[in-house]
Amino acid sequence: MALFQPARRGSGGSGASGPEATRPSQGAARGYEAVHASRDFWTIRRRADSYIVPACLIFLIWYFLFVIVAVFAPSFMRISVFGAVNVGLCFGVLQFASTFAFAVGYRRWARRRLDPLSDKLRNRLEGGHY
Amino acid sequence: MPLASSQAVGTPAVNFAIFAFFVLVTLIIAVSAAGKNKSASDYYTGGRTFTSWQNGIAIGGDYLSAASFLGIAGIIALAGYDGFLYSIGFLVGWLLVLLLVSERLRNTGRYTMADVIDLRLRARPVRAAAAISTLTVSLFYLIAQMAGAGALVSLLLGVNAAAGQDIVIAVVGLLMIIYVLVGGMKGTTWVQIVKASVLAGGAAMTTFWVLARAGFSLPGLLQHAATASPAGAMVLGPGLEYGVSTVSKFDFISLALALVLGTAGLPHVLMRLYTVPNGREARQSVIWTIWVVGLFYLCTLVLGFGAMWLVGGKAIAAAPGGGDSAVPLLAYHLGGTLLLGLMAAVAFATILAVVAGLTITASACFAHDVYAGVLRQADAEPADEVRVARITAVVIGVVAVLGGIVAKRIDVAFLVGLAFAIAASANLPAILYSLFWSRFTARGALWSIYAGLVGSVGLIVISPVVSGQATAVGAIGTSLITSPHVNFAFFPLNNPGLVSIPLAFAAGWLGSVTDRQPADPARFARIQVRALTGVGAERSSR
Repeated sequence: MALFQPARRGSGGSGASGPEATRPSQGAARGYEAVHASRDFWTIRRRADSYIVPACLIFLIWYFLFVIVAVFAPSFMRISVFGAVNVGLCFGVLQFASTFAFAVGYRRWARRRLDPLSDKLRNRLEGGHY
Repeated sequence: MPLASSQAVGTPAVNFAIFAFFVLVTLIIAVSAAGKNKSASDYYTGGRTFTSWQNGIAIGGDYLSAASFLGIAGIIALAGYDGFLYSIGFLVGWLLVLLLVSERLRNTGRYTMADVIDLRLRARPVRAAAAISTLTVSLFYLIAQMAGAGALVSLLLGVNAAAGQDIVIAVVGLLMIIYVLVGGMKGTTWVQIVKASVLAGGAAMTTFWVLARAGFSLPGLLQHAATASPAGAMVLGPGLEYGVSTVSKFDFISLALALVLGTAGLPHVLMRLYTVPNGREARQSVIWTIWVVGLFYLCTLVLGFGAMWLVGGKAIAAAPGGGDSAVPLLAYHLGGTLLLGLMAAVAFATILAVVAGLTITASACFAHDVYAGVLRQADAEPADEVRVARITAVVIGVVAVLGGIVAKRIDVAFLVGLAFAIAASANLPAILYSLFWSRFTARGALWSIYAGLVGSVGLIVISPVVSGQATAVGAIGTSLITSPHVNFAFFPLNNPGLVSIPLAFAAGWLGSVTDRQPADPARFARIQVRALTGVGAERSSR
């Protein structure tokens, strides 16, 4: 996916129809393209992509590692850690823990790194600065 | 345990009284929460006034269907660790919703998934395609829930005759239509919140009880369960259900792919993201959901192994409803008639609430996407749209009842797995491409949606789900067509995800790059700016 391509070519589009045409902020139909090409938007997009894309890859790989080990190496999962608790159970519970950690981590990151910039851009766009 | 398979567990009269009480309470909630419910935004989104934690719990309520509650605990009780694998897939999929979809969807759509694709591509055939796939997934999921209702009630009310079960399914359908017509999204959401709280409370209490029995030692509980099971320590590791053959191994990988990618394409989950005031609240509500769902599935691990230990796999398999009866039987073992009745009522309320959520999604999709978006081309009055939505809710209710009657023999968790596969194939590629890929075109969208839809449904039709498996294999059971003479199962896997999901992504890419009409950069700019900044997002009515 071409995640980093800034689309600068402006053809105007058919932006004056449909539900979003009724929104007050539609005064700037061309504004979207101007914002899209702006330095600030490029920053927020790069920031979002460079967090979200690796995060998704990591958790998907981590999850499928678990699935593939469970399916093709069940005997490994049966190795006892202590008593009846085996590797498989620990691995599974770690999947839960990592999911919680990803969720909390993403929230922290988004609040610190994404939201302030996003607010700034929205205010400028709604104030007609583009 | 006094448990003949022809007999209900506990006292049917007590169960029935508790059921009736729950139905009454939830109906009162739906009516009193509903308010005026006049505008389309009220009916579809409850005016977008829910807070993130309310919505997070409601999404959890929508997601923790009878399939999760009864089905997963049942698979754990019968096959041990393999059921745990299931629940992890159901949970991890939420990260995809959180990271890629939640805020962006809330910021760019109004009521449905098709809104987002339409904002990007604005083409009637695409909206129609998105609506068709939304309706298909919703119906599949709905039928799974209805089938679950039949199995549950046969266990608890002593209704074993096929005709009796069919009547029960019809009553569920009728109740759900009432919830939706009276309550709209606001009423249904409150029903979900109450139900999810009671469900979580009931699961937590029973989990605590089981752990107390095992001396608050998880290794102790596992040891007891393994000792009680004929398979012994095998139940503590993977492979009992899915490790039988190479085909079943790939079947599991296919299921895992469908579960992790399907959540982000489930229309009734996506629609809930519109009930909060803004994109950030949508993000926050998904985080709440992850906590609710995750902690709940950890409870089902204990409940499943607890049922294996205290009830025993043999009694569970012999009970009407099979694995789905593990939790009710465990409740009966621990707390007698009253706890059984409570847990059963919770499960019943779960089914009602989930089918109501699905019905409102499907009816909104038909009224908003098909009627207003495609047939009337946006000149429909909002009041007309709501009227159409209400009529559709009734029609969908009837279709779901008929489908549930046909499918009532099939394992609920398994049917839900198929619905996830269709969602991941038909919906997810189009949503992700719309939001993230600058070269996505209308033709790419059509190719991806139809390839995903036809691919997944088509592969199910030619799989062992429909024919060729005259005798039960594992917990997956027999085919829909039980005659040994009919066999058109050319595709070996029960779950089509492994083939149909990559196919849909590839078709979307190919359709776009070969499209003679290139993608409109202005539309991509708009959806990206709106998704990331929230400019022009639908406002809350508060």
